[in-house]
Amino acid sequence: MSSTAPWVEKYRPNTIDQVVYQDEVVQALKKALESSNLPHLLFYGPPGTGKTSTILAIAKQLFGPELYRSRVLELNASDERGIEVIRTKVKTFAQASVGMQSVANKAGYPCPPFKLIVLDEADSMTKDAQAALRRTMETYSKVTRFCIVCNYVSRIIEPLVSRCAKFRFKALEPTLLRKRLSEVAEKEQVKVTNDALDRIVDVSEGDMRRALTVLQSATRTFGKEIKPNHVDETAAVVPDQEIEDLLNACIDVSDKKDMFKAMQKQCAQIVRRGHSAVQVVSQLNNHIISSKNLTNVQKARIALEFGNVDKCLTDGADEYLQLLSLSSHILRIKAELDPKATGSSNEDAMSVDDD
Amino acid sequence: MVLLVDKYRPKSFDKMDIHKDMSQQLKNIVNTGDFPHLLFYGPSGAGKKTRVMALLKEVYGVKAEKTKLENKEIKVGSQLSKSITVTTLSSPCHIEINPSDSGNYDRYVIGTLLKEIAQSAPLDQSAERNFKVVIINEVDLLSREAQQALRRTMEKYVKTCRLVLMATSISKILSPIKSRCLCIRVPAPTSEEISTVLQKVAKQEVFNLPKAFCDEISEKSEGNLRRALLMLEASKAEKYPFTAGQKARLPEWERFIADIAKEIMEDQSPKRLLEIREKYYQLITNCIPPELILQKLANYLIVVVDYDVKHQVSHWSAFYEHRLKCGSRPIFHLEAFTAKIMSVYKRYVKLLSFVNNL
Ligand SMILES: Nc1ncnc2c1ncn2[C@@H]1O[C@H](COP(=O)(O)OP(=O)(O)OP(=O)(O)O)[C@@H](O)[C@H]1O
Ligand SMILES: [Mg+2]
Repeated sequence: MSSTAPWVEKYRPNTIDQVVYQDEVVQALKKALESSNLPHLLFYGPPGTGKTSTILAIAKQLFGPELYRSRVLELNASDERGIEVIRTKVKTFAQASVGMQSVANKAGYPCPPFKLIVLDEADSMTKDAQAALRRTMETYSKVTRFCIVCNYVSRIIEPLVSRCAKFRFKALEPTLLRKRLSEVAEKEQVKVTNDALDRIVDVSEGDMRRALTVLQSATRTFGKEIKPNHVDETAAVVPDQEIEDLLNACIDVSDKKDMFKAMQKQCAQIVRRGHSAVQVVSQLNNHIISSKNLTNVQKARIALEFGNVDKCLTDGADEYLQLLSLSSHILRIKAELDPKATGSSNEDAMSVDDD
Repeated sequence: MVLLVDKYRPKSFDKMDIHKDMSQQLKNIVNTGDFPHLLFYGPSGAGKKTRVMALLKEVYGVKAEKTKLENKEIKVGSQLSKSITVTTLSSPCHIEINPSDSGNYDRYVIGTLLKEIAQSAPLDQSAERNFKVVIINEVDLLSREAQQALRRTMEKYVKTCRLVLMATSISKILSPIKSRCLCIRVPAPTSEEISTVLQKVAKQEVFNLPKAFCDEISEKSEGNLRRALLMLEASKAEKYPFTAGQKARLPEWERFIADIAKEIMEDQSPKRLLEIREKYYQLITNCIPPELILQKLANYLIVVVDYDVKHQVSHWSAFYEHRLKCGSRPIFHLEAFTAKIMSVYKRYVKLLSFVNNL
């Protein structure tokens, strides 16, 4: 593979031994490799934790490059996987006999006498298609093994789950992520400061693919010396200063006349800069929790508004309006529940009307 | 006549005046020979498309400019029994698609087209760029299923095709997709940057653009360069030479919304509500997106009302816009918002006069 290929592909584990952190599944698969047998499998867990890599690696180790094509069928979310396809495509593939083992054994691979069907990204399979799969799995259980891969095991119907050996892929440990990143950085001759490494680990939340993509993107964009601010820019994190500015505009109630306008201006600006509202809201929340300028009561009231905004944004509501509404609530809560201004708050509210 | 917006669209990185450092970074990215999948995001009018086209030119040279429109048949439905037609724009080295136009069928468009492109192996394997670029517009409007369909495809076909995804916001993009791309944020230009571009255009078109007027346009352009240029052109058509105190000419529909705000302030009655409803219908039939109507209206109202009411407007506009997104008849929610603001405002005015009479 060329030197410029995506690092996630370049450093994708080729054997199950290279899969980091997912010991449980690796152990089980090693046993399977020795005994040349495999149960039906169900892999689930957050993105970028090695699910696809693991099943592809074991498939290669079982069948070798020669037989891979005829023995492994990979269907992912981009393939049509309605009931019809499950019935026909999977059937045809499963039915075609696996041929004589002795012929296959030549390359030194175990080549067990069954075929492997990988249903990657199975979250998006309909319930009906999954139901259809039940029968297929049973009918051809002698000659096929299935591996169902998904992010949320709750999206898979119970009868399927119970037919499989279940393996949870855990979000990767920060220390392991860091180690892997340093290794890759060294191989690619990239200098990454310690702060920057921490930052990458921070923003990738246990997602190895994200970590590698951020590292490679930062290298591509900013050259071979990576600093924390480069990481922020490539990882779509909002710079702390901008969040700080927004928060200050929301809790600075000294200038009664212009405070709303100042707050509104910050909201508009942050949206115009192209930051994602979801990201802004989550970072703003962190700042508020640790803010010394708000009382606990104020924080509690604000927390309610955060819940509301999060729900609306998930439903696809307009980002600017949601951010404005949230900020306006924070401003009002700060102004009305200000410990310094207690007692005079009523008067204040009305004094606005004088001019 | 060519619009200024089109006439002055920069065709290559060297001609771009805004975000010069980003142009350099993009050059760095593509000049190493190969590049990862890209995801451009930022507000509309910030110049995402212009940048992507410049990028293509940087990668493939003039070949990328020989584009043609093409209609393609795509089989859809669970039995693949129906078929729909989608329009694509392509050159020998890239193809541009708008799967979100196909509504619920978007995932079939993605699945079918991507596979077709990726599997039609490039003719010249030894060529320096032996991959095609697929530009997908409005990725944030794609259904969950369509986004799911992109995931593994992006990994599998990375050798033969590169995706360039475009979105206004990345809030709605699945994280497995974001982690498969190099994400590039394209912020809107600042008012100063817009002013610079406007002055440059005025100079090339040989007309006089007073600084004060130029700044007023940039201020009102909301960081949208397309809007700024359109406003400049409209204002010039209205009255030239520009005079002191001349107002930048806003788009027609926006003045219409400003009027609605005024009408809400003047009179809060069922009769007025009915009149305003007519106006909403007119706006909607003119293809102004209802959420934009609500957003603009809220902005106009916030400027004119008192402090306490400002909070109410921002709260209720967000509330009803959310409802509007979840519901199916925008007009209901626009109307409900209007009624709500009328009642809030009326009560406020009553309270005011009560307090003043004490
Ligand atoms: N446990 C791991 N050990 C080593 N590398 C890993 C591991 N997990 C992920 N990676 C790296 O991340 C990349 C993506 O991993 P993979 O495709 O297996 O993720 P996934 O779990 O299938 O994610 P998704 O749910 O998004 O499909 C791999 O190419 C590899 O470089
Ligand atoms: Mg995967």
